[in-house]
Amino acid sequence: MPADSTVTDERVREETLLARLMKRPELGAIAGLILVTIFFLFTANASMFTLSGIMNFLTPAAQLGILAIGASLLMIGGEFDLSIGSMVAFAGMIFGALVVNLGLPLIVAIPGTLIFAGMMGVVNGQLVIRTGLPSFIVTLAFLFILRGLSLVGLKYLTGGSTQLRGVRDAVGDDWLAPFFSGDAFTGLFAKLAEWGWIDTFKSGAPKVPGVPVEILWFIGIALFATWILLRTPAGNWIFAAGGDKNAASNSGVPVNRVKTTLFIVTACCAALVAIMTVIDAGSTDARRGFQKEFEAIIAAVIGGSLLTGGYGSAIGAFFGSIIFGMVVIGLTYTSIDQDWFQVFLGGMLLLAVIFNNVIRKRVTGER
Amino acid sequence: MEIETAFHHGAVADDAKPILEMRGIKKHFGNVIALAGVSFDIRPGECHCLLGDNGAGKSTFIKTMSGVHKPTEGEILFEDKPMNFSSPRDAMEAGIATVFQDLAMIPLMSVTRNFFMGREPTKGAGPFKRFDVARANEVCVEEMRNMGINLRGPDQAVGTLSGGERQTVAIARAVYFGAKVLILDEPTSALGVRQTSNVLATIDKVRKQGVGVVFISHNVRHAMAVGDRFTVLNRGKTLGTATRGEITPNELQDLMAGGQEMAQLEGSLGGTI
Repeated sequence: MPADSTVTDERVREETLLARLMKRPELGAIAGLILVTIFFLFTANASMFTLSGIMNFLTPAAQLGILAIGASLLMIGGEFDLSIGSMVAFAGMIFGALVVNLGLPLIVAIPGTLIFAGMMGVVNGQLVIRTGLPSFIVTLAFLFILRGLSLVGLKYLTGGSTQLRGVRDAVGDDWLAPFFSGDAFTGLFAKLAEWGWIDTFKSGAPKVPGVPVEILWFIGIALFATWILLRTPAGNWIFAAGGDKNAASNSGVPVNRVKTTLFIVTACCAALVAIMTVIDAGSTDARRGFQKEFEAIIAAVIGGSLLTGGYGSAIGAFFGSIIFGMVVIGLTYTSIDQDWFQVFLGGMLLLAVIFNNVIRKRVTGER
Repeated sequence: MEIETAFHHGAVADDAKPILEMRGIKKHFGNVIALAGVSFDIRPGECHCLLGDNGAGKSTFIKTMSGVHKPTEGEILFEDKPMNFSSPRDAMEAGIATVFQDLAMIPLMSVTRNFFMGREPTKGAGPFKRFDVARANEVCVEEMRNMGINLRGPDQAVGTLSGGERQTVAIARAVYFGAKVLILDEPTSALGVRQTSNVLATIDKVRKQGVGVVFISHNVRHAMAVGDRFTVLNRGKTLGTATRGEITPNELQDLMAGGQEMAQLEGSLGGTI
């Protein structure tokens, strides 16, 4: 080509910064977060945006967010997992059984629980791939199967109760426990309190003793998942597998391996949430994680993931989950009836789906 | 965008060694004889057109060439060595790339991500091994520019490209990854006039790089525009191979249709087909 080939196509208009931003999948979630923050700045009690208030809404956001990031990766890969809520209960039961009934230390019990969950992920993934059925149906079956197994299993383990107690005593002061429960940076926060940089009780102890570890896991997993998606070959495979699995496998992407791995990751995210919440609560019960699958998918959709796969972002799911946590907890800081939360959630979902559709059309240049 | 209008047809010597040779290929599906002894060869740097009407066996034949089907009988020689491809992957690794009509492109993904799909360049080692996005972008923009397409940016989604441009991305990708024989399955069938000439120009560029191009089409005009040799398939058999200059478009058209009916039809339509 001659040197003048760098001239741009006259039919393509220069894109504005806004137009380019509009194409980022996580834009909707960030805009939503700003709107929700503004809403609560006006309506909520000022204490919502103090350090303790922020930790208050980030904790449930983090628990949901770990699930939502797994769910969003799987959705980008073109599949759904409706069984993650039940998986939280199931993995909680396995973890409880390993720790309480078998008396195993965390260094064995945690990997054991993750392996169990991972195996269920493999079952889900292989069923979807081999039968060619929609993952919606297969994992809907597992939503009930795992919930039922948790009920039956807990009754068997406890001799009739659907709650397994005694996790706290069993875990005790296991050296691994601080990585999965309680607060991090307590020393730093004590110092900050001493210097008067953060609010303290009359005794001089900080009102916020540290950062709850699940928030750190949440941030860590969001960053890691984003790195995988955007900066590794595996990330490209995830987008490709979800975008068009025939095209992907014709180009040499190991589509089945990618999808199975994503099911494993999603199940392990559920297991991680189960482990952290069970240690925190000191017990596990069969209702744990109830309806979390829907909340996680909603957070992923708010974060820009398309229900049809091939498009989305982990950092979007991160912001989607924070919106979720803010609304659940934020309403208690206002005079608004907390039950509006569900209305809000449904509305957000609808808006997000419509918005995502518009974005998809812009990206693909559909008219 | 600049369009090359003059094609410099491959100046391949007649005695040039074929890079891929198919001899007496037969393919039966149960009691259906899809191919009844087809012979075909392709030399480096030429564009060999495979013409035929619907149902002539074009698709079966190229699927045999690209490793999707195993021939029931006959042999495939690639660079003088007998080949027995058991999967498209084998053929791809040997250097036979096929661009099927679906193009294996994902509209929601960027051009770069599509270009390197399944074969991402990496940097770093061990757990820090990562997709070398900067290099991938650079290579992709450069390769596309060589093919005459100026991308808005490497992150432009494939969905925003026209059909002809998508075809060009698929061709550029195959060539970049070392195709020695490039099989194009009806690359111009769904394209407008302008886009068709872009794709034909691309074929010409690829040919000049020494790649053997197999161009499947049922459009004689498109074939005549770039082809060096023409082989016509009809009802699972070859009706012979002609060199450029030896045959007129009308003769080709008649061969494809299998004889006289076409001449009569054409007469009644005033030679517009």
